[in-house]
Amino acid sequence: MTDQTSRDPILEIENVSISFSTRLREIPAVMDFSCAVMAGEAMGLVGESGCGKSTVALAVMCDLGRNGRITSGSIRFKGRDLTTMKDDELRQIRGSEIAMIYQEPMASLNPAMKVGAQLAEVPMTHQRMARSEAWALARQIVADVRLPDPERILNAYPHQLSGGQQQRIVIAMALMAKPALLILDEPTTALDVTVEAGIVALVKELGAKYGTSMLFISHNLGLVLDVCDQICVMYSGEAVETGNVGDVFTDMRHPYTQALFRSIPLPGADKNERPLISIPGNFPLPHERPEGCNFGPRCGYFDPGRCDAADIPMKAIAGDARHETRCLRWSEIDWSALPQASATREKRPPGEVVLRVDDLRKYYTVSSNPFGGGATRIVKANETLSFEARAGETLAIVGESGCGKSTFARMLMGLETATAGRLEAFGSSLEDIPIEKRDADTIANLQMVFQNPFDTLNPSMSVGRQITRALEIFGRSNTDPERESAMLKLLDMVKLPRAFSERMPRQLSGGQKQRVGIARAFAGGAKIVVADEPVSALDVSVQAAVIDLLLNIQRQNETTLLFISHDLSIVRYLSDRIVVMYLGHVVETGTTEQVFSPPYHPYTEALLSAVPIADPKVERKLILLDGEIPSAIDTPPGCPFQTRCHWKSRIGSNLCEREIPPIRTLADGHLLKCHLSDDDLAHMEPVFASERGCN
Amino acid sequence: MLLFLLRRVLIVLLSAFCLTLIVFLLTNLSPNLEKLAKSEAGTRITDREVAVWLEQHGHARPLLVRYASWLGLAPAWAPPGRHLPGQCAAAAEDDADAPRYCGILQGNWGTSTVFRGDVATILGVRLALTGNLMLWVMLVMVPSALLVGVLAGMREGSVTDRTLSSFSIVTSATPEYVSGVILIAVFASSMTGLKWFSGTAGSVADKGPSFDTMVLPVTTIALYGMGYVARMTRASMAEVMTQQYIRTARLKGVSFRNVVLKHALRNALIAPFTVIMLQFPWLLNGVVIVETLFNYKGFGWTLVEAAGANDIDLMLGCSVVAVVVVLVTQLLSDLGYVLLNPRIRVH
Repeated sequence: MTDQTSRDPILEIENVSISFSTRLREIPAVMDFSCAVMAGEAMGLVGESGCGKSTVALAVMCDLGRNGRITSGSIRFKGRDLTTMKDDELRQIRGSEIAMIYQEPMASLNPAMKVGAQLAEVPMTHQRMARSEAWALARQIVADVRLPDPERILNAYPHQLSGGQQQRIVIAMALMAKPALLILDEPTTALDVTVEAGIVALVKELGAKYGTSMLFISHNLGLVLDVCDQICVMYSGEAVETGNVGDVFTDMRHPYTQALFRSIPLPGADKNERPLISIPGNFPLPHERPEGCNFGPRCGYFDPGRCDAADIPMKAIAGDARHETRCLRWSEIDWSALPQASATREKRPPGEVVLRVDDLRKYYTVSSNPFGGGATRIVKANETLSFEARAGETLAIVGESGCGKSTFARMLMGLETATAGRLEAFGSSLEDIPIEKRDADTIANLQMVFQNPFDTLNPSMSVGRQITRALEIFGRSNTDPERESAMLKLLDMVKLPRAFSERMPRQLSGGQKQRVGIARAFAGGAKIVVADEPVSALDVSVQAAVIDLLLNIQRQNETTLLFISHDLSIVRYLSDRIVVMYLGHVVETGTTEQVFSPPYHPYTEALLSAVPIADPKVERKLILLDGEIPSAIDTPPGCPFQTRCHWKSRIGSNLCEREIPPIRTLADGHLLKCHLSDDDLAHMEPVFASERGCN
Repeated sequence: MLLFLLRRVLIVLLSAFCLTLIVFLLTNLSPNLEKLAKSEAGTRITDREVAVWLEQHGHARPLLVRYASWLGLAPAWAPPGRHLPGQCAAAAEDDADAPRYCGILQGNWGTSTVFRGDVATILGVRLALTGNLMLWVMLVMVPSALLVGVLAGMREGSVTDRTLSSFSIVTSATPEYVSGVILIAVFASSMTGLKWFSGTAGSVADKGPSFDTMVLPVTTIALYGMGYVARMTRASMAEVMTQQYIRTARLKGVSFRNVVLKHALRNALIAPFTVIMLQFPWLLNGVVIVETLFNYKGFGWTLVEAAGANDIDLMLGCSVVAVVVVLVTQLLSDLGYVLLNPRIRVH
């Protein structure tokens, strides 16, 4: 990393405090925040939701809404203070000098305006460019962000594009005026990993090409490592540590940063030998922040009487450039000490087969005419799924959106019935039996933990009532007092205080809600639990705790966990075996070690390489997939992955385009659906070059 | 698209069929028929004579047969000894030439007992007058309602918003028979008023509309409808202004004026569009009060006259018109919705 202190800062935020006024009280969202972004530099802003990182971004844009205001400090852009600017001056800077890229591309594009018009508006507003000229520029920029067929894209409405294409349009819109500063607010959170990898590569390349400075907001440490030069870690409205990415990632000097890194699954973490360490306690609400250090109550190095005495200032770390921490004890703590290993667990041998899926298919028919009627077409959501799961095993189903993993879950739960094939649980066939016709035992044995804990709890029913209701339906206990005590035991099991049974879902945090979801799923002593992205909506520090809980309950009950996810870091950490799916096909099956080391299926290889890893010691080979996931209506002939596969050239005579590859057994239990020769497979290089554990 | 239209048209026809059947049942209840017999054959006739009269004029047949022959799906009523009944036979030179079917589907709407004429002709004239009134109401109401709604909704909670919202609530809470009377008292009363405009529109039917006579009826109807549409527009606009794409536009450096005009307006008009289309059938009924109040001899006035005089054919005719207007505007509103909202897919 080059020393950039000699350059002038593009953006200087100095001791900024922001607060929002509500009817009840004034809520301080950000306090005493300072950071500087130099020309051509990328600054990462990291923290959990609610820590104030997006508020900082909006403050730079001076768009805090009617309730928010900057109470003190200054934000200088190219030397001019933005906080004292008039609306007119601000408008000239917005969009032309500072541009922003948003988290949800669909919501941030006007649904009733053509993409081209939205792009052309930028130069038409700022440079008074003629309409035709502006459209020509838009065409050029759309080609720059590597979208195919710019002409068609310009004349499309946002809803006609895929999520990745929409985000490229938002990026194109930000680049239309060649801004000096680009603010990216979680730009890839809503996207699939392979799409994310493409977007990140594009952002980096364009940043270098135009010399744009970036303020990159994310909760994903791996992404920040990928994109940024500098990093600023925020906690509860304050910057707690800031510095060079290399320094912070390897020599962190704040307990929160350290705890954050210990709670994310890095390669080397293992559920049995080295479990994740979650951060105890909860994030403080803005009006309930403790005296002194905000992280104090959750910190392992907390020193009463010192850490909670007075506000703690940022202190520079001697020896490192621009490395500061908001910790009184940074020089006293032994940062290289390994964490106290929590009890390691024994690896369990897998039990007998409880779930068997054989040649399972699910087709939907849709009408091709937007006004209804016309020819019908077939969506092949699941094609020939075959695998089995054993008692007490964690089987991960991995793939991007649209690969058919949720369709499989729906069939297993009985929300859909299969088109063909067999689905067998505990020896009885379930493929034709919808949930209404399943008996209470089957339903209790097969349960699901849902992705979004915020929407899956009934908002007008108390927590205890929801769990009791599940007990009633599963027919597990007969009398009300029995159910009551069973419900309280379930709360104990998911480590929630018993008093929570009276609470309403809105009084719970995301992690607590997900615990209720888990308690509900296990109410009938479920034997097979489908966990559909159970932690993807949660913050990293909470994720670790929820995963730990899920694994503990699984061990006690010998439950088979079907873990549906696109997050390969978590999958690697907790699963025993992995099923990789693409466009309805299972392309690879194997144990975690088999899937994570070569030979790979080409898609698995791309998927692995797309996942950003928050460890500077791990080098990964970057494989970017071209194009989009084909629609399940127009599946490509032959191998489903052939349109994006970069190994395809190794296979002659259009074999990939003609024939669906057969399933091959490479090693015991390692199955692959690919035409590649044994020789090619044997020479595959690992995606992760230097693979070492890190904590 | 064609299939969609065809399906919608079929649904419209089916609804029209059901609705006219209901209206037919209600207008052909036996007390109504008895009253008809007495008004046609003499008020002092005995019950027996009533029965005979009804028998002779075909009103004693089963209800569904009468409905079918009114529609033109069953042969028209022919009194014993004659081939065909009055109105259709009158058109033909000879009994034998007269068509056997003679109902709505053949273009025969019956005869009005009040106005002594063909229902179709009467409705045509009256509808033209009401159409004229509605045209002016729409021209006044829709733009002003949208303007008020957009101005109020673009800055939610501002003084402009509060003022305009209060105004809309007041106008939509004041029924026409109140606002009409107030307007007449203030602007037209010869005793106390300003005497700016005419308080009656009776002359429009003969002399054609004039500014003087139209101002008050149009204002009365427009004020009432405006409040409602304006409040819908305001709610829709306020919601759109909180959307992320509005923030995108603002942070692109687009001026507030253009944010409203280019980005918010089209999205904000999607919801009120349906409401505006719903105003058409509502106007058709709402004009009943206003037309009576101002003696404007249009559709509503005719309906009141027909109901007052137990003019069955005319009432049936009015209801057919009302049903068609409601259903056609709904169809148009669905189509317009698709055009305004590019995300819509019709299934």
